[in-house]
Amino acid sequence: MTAAAAPAASPASTGEQPGVRLARSRRKAELSLLLLAMVLVAAYAAMIEAKALDTVTSDFWVPAAALGLVFLGLHLVIRWLAPFADPALLPAVALLNGIGVGFLRRYDLAEAAPAERANLAVFAGTGGRQLAWTLAAVVLAAGLLAILRDHRSLSRYAYTLGLAGIVLVMIPAVLPGRFSEINGAKLWIRVGGFQIQPGEFAKLALLTFFAYYLVRKREVLSLASRRVLGIDFPRGRDLGPVLVVWLVSILVLVFEKDLGTSLLYFGMFVVTLYIATERVSWLLIGLILFFGGAYLAYLLGSTVGGPFANFYDRAQIWLDPFAEPYDRGYQLVQGLLTLGTGGLFGAGPGGGQPNLLPEVQTDFIFAGIGEEIGLFGLSALLVIYLLIVERGLRAALAVRDSFGKLLAGGLAFTLGLQVFVIVGGISKLIPLTGQTTPFLSAGGSSLMANWLLIAVLLRVSDGARRPVTGGGSAARPGGGPPEQLHGAPTEVIRP
Amino acid sequence: MPELVITVARFGFLVLLWIFVFTVVGVIRRDLFAGARSGRLVAAPRGVGASTGQPAPAGKPAKAKRGRAAHQMVVTAGQLAGTRITLGEAQITIGRAEDSTLVITDDYASARHARLVPRDGQWYVEDLGSTNGTYLDRAKVTGPTPVPLGVPIRIGRTSLELRP
Repeated sequence: MTAAAAPAASPASTGEQPGVRLARSRRKAELSLLLLAMVLVAAYAAMIEAKALDTVTSDFWVPAAALGLVFLGLHLVIRWLAPFADPALLPAVALLNGIGVGFLRRYDLAEAAPAERANLAVFAGTGGRQLAWTLAAVVLAAGLLAILRDHRSLSRYAYTLGLAGIVLVMIPAVLPGRFSEINGAKLWIRVGGFQIQPGEFAKLALLTFFAYYLVRKREVLSLASRRVLGIDFPRGRDLGPVLVVWLVSILVLVFEKDLGTSLLYFGMFVVTLYIATERVSWLLIGLILFFGGAYLAYLLGSTVGGPFANFYDRAQIWLDPFAEPYDRGYQLVQGLLTLGTGGLFGAGPGGGQPNLLPEVQTDFIFAGIGEEIGLFGLSALLVIYLLIVERGLRAALAVRDSFGKLLAGGLAFTLGLQVFVIVGGISKLIPLTGQTTPFLSAGGSSLMANWLLIAVLLRVSDGARRPVTGGGSAARPGGGPPEQLHGAPTEVIRP
Repeated sequence: MPELVITVARFGFLVLLWIFVFTVVGVIRRDLFAGARSGRLVAAPRGVGASTGQPAPAGKPAKAKRGRAAHQMVVTAGQLAGTRITLGEAQITIGRAEDSTLVITDDYASARHARLVPRDGQWYVEDLGSTNGTYLDRAKVTGPTPVPLGVPIRIGRTSLELRP
């Protein structure tokens, strides 16, 4: 590497003070991306009306504008509270959320009687509710940014959060079916007309606990090992916690009848373990345990039945959905046909028939959207998810403390895994399970939990990118005056 | 609505969607390569000084790099590998102590191991009386020593470099 390889330092880089050039917060980039995202959402809404109603009503822009205001509010909060947060996260999530709201309104249009379609109120139906949930979720995310000024303070509540997480996971399992069961999956708490999915929040709480626990145990887990076939395997006694989590996730699978959630928890734990110890063996052990467990559940389901029967059913549908296309396989078959109808470029927003697809507003929203924007559009959405995950992992790489690394890495991976589980499910790559598609699916719990996740990622990325200020830690705003003075270089100021 | 308008709008929307994706990628790209204008993205091979091709003798910073200020500190080896710290006007403290700027959990690091101090745009590394010492490339750091760009500072199993 010779110095000549570098271009003669441009004036911009020599003239400035060190640190000034890089200490950019990039908030303007965030704002312009956000505006572009809202333009897209408005265009999506207009096209839906043009195709489904044959005319664009005068207030097609209202949901997009409302969303735009909400996200602009969050943007201002970020400017104020987390000025160095990642600029790509908010616009990417805002676009997904906006497309979700737009599609849900499109679903309302399809459900409404043809005569009523033109006067369907903007804030009515599933779309309107989703808009309200978005507002609530964004307020919650802003609140978290306000309370949580430094992600490391989360580690103080790690055990509390861990306990809360386990309780949240267990509540639907122990509640009687009529309070907790929807479509065969016991994932809910239903009180009156109101329902929440505690598992969505448990995800965040458990991950915080995992990150904290593994930061404390990483040395034991990574140093003591036996080498077999070139891979370091941990000692038997260190396998304890991973076996416990495996057991819990299998119990979730059995009692809540949900493969997706159980896969999510287990994957989350194994990956944080892997990030903490840098041992590939954990991934191998995790995969073997999970596939072994799932296969065992399948075998038990076919012979014993009982609590395993639901999983066996789902696996059967997955293996051959066209065996009973009008019965058990109906939903998956319709989903596959919907995606097929969409083809490469889709039928155009508003051109599909989402009302023919059961659960299109929640589990199958990705198929419903796919029918209208095609593979070309769907892959754009998937790339946006990928970028969000990448930004999370980037924040994990750049942040300076191990807890933050594990937390951000784990959260980003969890989001990616959830997208994989549901998109894999509707495209028949893995057995279908009732996961929500983050930011797209109708439902307040999922939206709120995922916005909280984004708030934590924003907080971690702010801590990672903030230039060092005080003599002490970077993430502590300002630092104490004595620390700043301590060791500060003395300078003679000449006129 | 004329069919033509709808068809154009349909493909226009898909194109706009991808334009959004690529704009986001562009923002991320600018973000990743901020401070790496020299086009040098990988660390110099071990023991190779940034400018001379030979280990820079301690106390004699590489002259060729003068005038190019360090903007980032990158951890190139150890548990925190990949961590970047954007350099400002303030000193960077390194050690196991929780209030260090860079908290390294390394068996060979002391609580307050070393610090990096800027003066006139040049960064100096100073050992804070650590047990196992701080090394600038191969030479043990005894007093405040100027740190050339791209020359590894070794603390226990951790290696750091200054980057433009």
